[in-house]
Amino acid sequence: MNNFKKTLQDIARYPSAIIGAFVILVLVGVAIYAMLAIPYQKAITLWRGGEDVWFMNPKNVPPAWFNFFTAKKQPVSFVINDQQGQMTREVKTHSDGSQSITLTYSFDYQYDYFPQDILLYFKAQFQAKQPFASLVWMTPDGRKIQVSNFGVPNLFTYRFSQDTVLQAKLHGISPQIALFADPKSPDPNKPVPLKGTYQLVISGVTWEPNSDLTCEFVLHGQVSGLAGTDNYRRDLMVALLWGTPVALAFGLIAAGGTTFLTMIISAIGAWYGGWVDGLIQRITEVNLVLPFLPILIMVGTLFSHSIWVILGTAVALSIFTGQIIAYRAIFMQVKESTYVEAAKAYGASNWRIISLYLIPRMIPTLIPTLVLSVPSFVFLEASLAVLGLSDPTLPTWGKIIDDAFNNAALYNGWYYWILEPAALLMITGVSFALLGFALDRIFNPRLREA
Amino acid sequence: MAVGVQVETGAAKKKSSGTFTRVARYTVSRLVMLFVTTVISVYLTILIANMGGYVDTIMKAEIRENTTSAFMNNKGLQQMAPATRATLLQATIAQQENRLGLNTPFPIRSFRYLGNALTLNLGSAQQMTSDSGSKQVRLIILERLPATLLLMGTSELFLFFSTLFLALALSRHYASFWDKLVIALSPSSTVPPWFYGIFLILIFAALLHLLPFGGLVDAPVPTNPVDFALSALKHLILPASSLILASFFLSIYNWRTFFLIYSSEDYVDMAKAKGLTSRNIERRYILRPTLPTIVTQFALLLIGVWQGAIITETVFLWPGLGRTLFRAIGFYDTPVIVGTTIIYAYLLALTVFILDIVYALVDPRVKIGG
Repeated sequence: MNNFKKTLQDIARYPSAIIGAFVILVLVGVAIYAMLAIPYQKAITLWRGGEDVWFMNPKNVPPAWFNFFTAKKQPVSFVINDQQGQMTREVKTHSDGSQSITLTYSFDYQYDYFPQDILLYFKAQFQAKQPFASLVWMTPDGRKIQVSNFGVPNLFTYRFSQDTVLQAKLHGISPQIALFADPKSPDPNKPVPLKGTYQLVISGVTWEPNSDLTCEFVLHGQVSGLAGTDNYRRDLMVALLWGTPVALAFGLIAAGGTTFLTMIISAIGAWYGGWVDGLIQRITEVNLVLPFLPILIMVGTLFSHSIWVILGTAVALSIFTGQIIAYRAIFMQVKESTYVEAAKAYGASNWRIISLYLIPRMIPTLIPTLVLSVPSFVFLEASLAVLGLSDPTLPTWGKIIDDAFNNAALYNGWYYWILEPAALLMITGVSFALLGFALDRIFNPRLREA
Repeated sequence: MAVGVQVETGAAKKKSSGTFTRVARYTVSRLVMLFVTTVISVYLTILIANMGGYVDTIMKAEIRENTTSAFMNNKGLQQMAPATRATLLQATIAQQENRLGLNTPFPIRSFRYLGNALTLNLGSAQQMTSDSGSKQVRLIILERLPATLLLMGTSELFLFFSTLFLALALSRHYASFWDKLVIALSPSSTVPPWFYGIFLILIFAALLHLLPFGGLVDAPVPTNPVDFALSALKHLILPASSLILASFFLSIYNWRTFFLIYSSEDYVDMAKAKGLTSRNIERRYILRPTLPTIVTQFALLLIGVWQGAIITETVFLWPGLGRTLFRAIGFYDTPVIVGTTIIYAYLLALTVFILDIVYALVDPRVKIGG
């Protein structure tokens, strides 16, 4: 216990170790939060979900906090329906059973750019005759623009940007721009949006007694959420959050598994000697010739895409490396020491000597190695994902980078898409490296610099 | 140790013949050992690349599907009688399977692969072709080799020599500002090269438009050799820098620690006490005993170049061996996978063998077979 306290005091003397340990704790906290807030099944459904899950998000837009750093504000996505936003609904029932339903959506538009799209998600209930809707757009300066009118099937999505008739009416300018443009824009080729309160009025008519018409108004802005969205409109936050437990688990399990197994196997080899030792050395020699990454890629392509199979292979291939030779050399020295001789003299069993006399001697050198090898495994997962060999169900950081690369994110200027997971990978790697290097200096004082 | 042949009786003669047989025995046993290691590793690679034979099933299914759909789409064949067409389909499938050697059982074929690999008879690829249209594995590899050698050679040689000299300079100024800076920056090497590549692309290609995003040369390819070289050089900067950045500081740190250990030896203190110049001490007392390690590192570097950098090449769309190997795995193209592996295995075994002998020559403390 005293030793442990002393080690803690030693660690406290290295500011880099404290920073590293703090960041690791924060990451563990984020990982726990992610698993509690978005349970595994929900994360997978969200990540594999399509339009039905993510319809309210725009495509490929940076996070909303980008607006804090710019003087000109990008529009933020929003939804207006029964639960949120300003919406009124008036229903007049006529004597013949038909109804006039007036839906009015109003919102304040105070942004300096145009939105990506405007969508209306209609839901209608009817027996035989479709309800009818006509749309009127009202600008802050009092203009009224007839948008469109159509019969509404059960489920219907109206996209302003796709309405070519409306576009023709608006002199060929895309509706999501023309509807917001200030008619007094200084340069008609570069319109600026008119700020103020906009209204969309949907006048609907239903023809049957139990017929109904509801509609959800969605504006796709140019920024969205805390992390932005990808080309499938998915909120990157889900993958960034869930990437944390996956990365930590992969890194820690692989690093722990590799270092402990390496140590135990080399201890067994050194203790028993003879053919056991010879076999371990031959396996190591064979393994040094085997190409590490190509074999992992083969296993990923041919055997299984599961992240845990790849993890197991990576551990198995990382055990028999130069490290086992280095540990063996130390164990050979320890084996000759007097206290092992004493243990032999009182009749300790082989296992007792290995587990209580040999292995504990290695723990000090082991801990820094373990911590230092975590980042390489975290990055290994990302590297395999960049090659397209990641678990198809789990969202991970590497997979976001892979998606971004496949969609030429750097070329198209969607930098946030790569920078967010990259930053998280970097933070994880550097924090473990900082802690590991400090531990290395504490446990191996010979390396300590002046 | 026992000496096999002892005919001469003279003491001096006996000793020299003893040394000779000892070296010969050691050399032979070492060669046999290395050869066995190589054979086992290559055979393991063959087994893994074929999933222990399961790839056959995948490939047979692929052939069946492709041939059947080709038959469905062929208008000329549709006029045939169904029975004739079915026979023809079976014959075509059998022919395709025969071409890929699938009708031989996998265990037999795996040893055939092994034998061909060991005799460096690389054969022809199953699916891949070289850009010039050849199916020969030798040509596919040779075509990609220059690009890999250019990228890996430039970056690895630069890394090796620059870090070695910087580390030597740092070990002279132990605990100086630069020394501390290098120690502080050494964790930067936990990040793999492709990761630096992303940032370099972002800064120099996407934001500043100074350098290309990837590839080996501009399109259209310059016809003038000078322009070609300049264009390739321009494309080389980013991938090479990302490979260099990823190991630069850790490499300096490792060499520096290594030199420091050797410069704290007693005989170095002794040399200092004798009043030798620091230049002399460095050359004769520090560098001399470190030579074997430096030679080893250099040799391992040279064969490491052969493997290429799969992910960095992928990120930079660099047409090198690493990417070829990656594509070969995607195509289940065993001959190409085995071809690159066997050459690496041979190079490694050869290097290890030569190093053993070089060690004995360079370092008087090493005794062969002792």
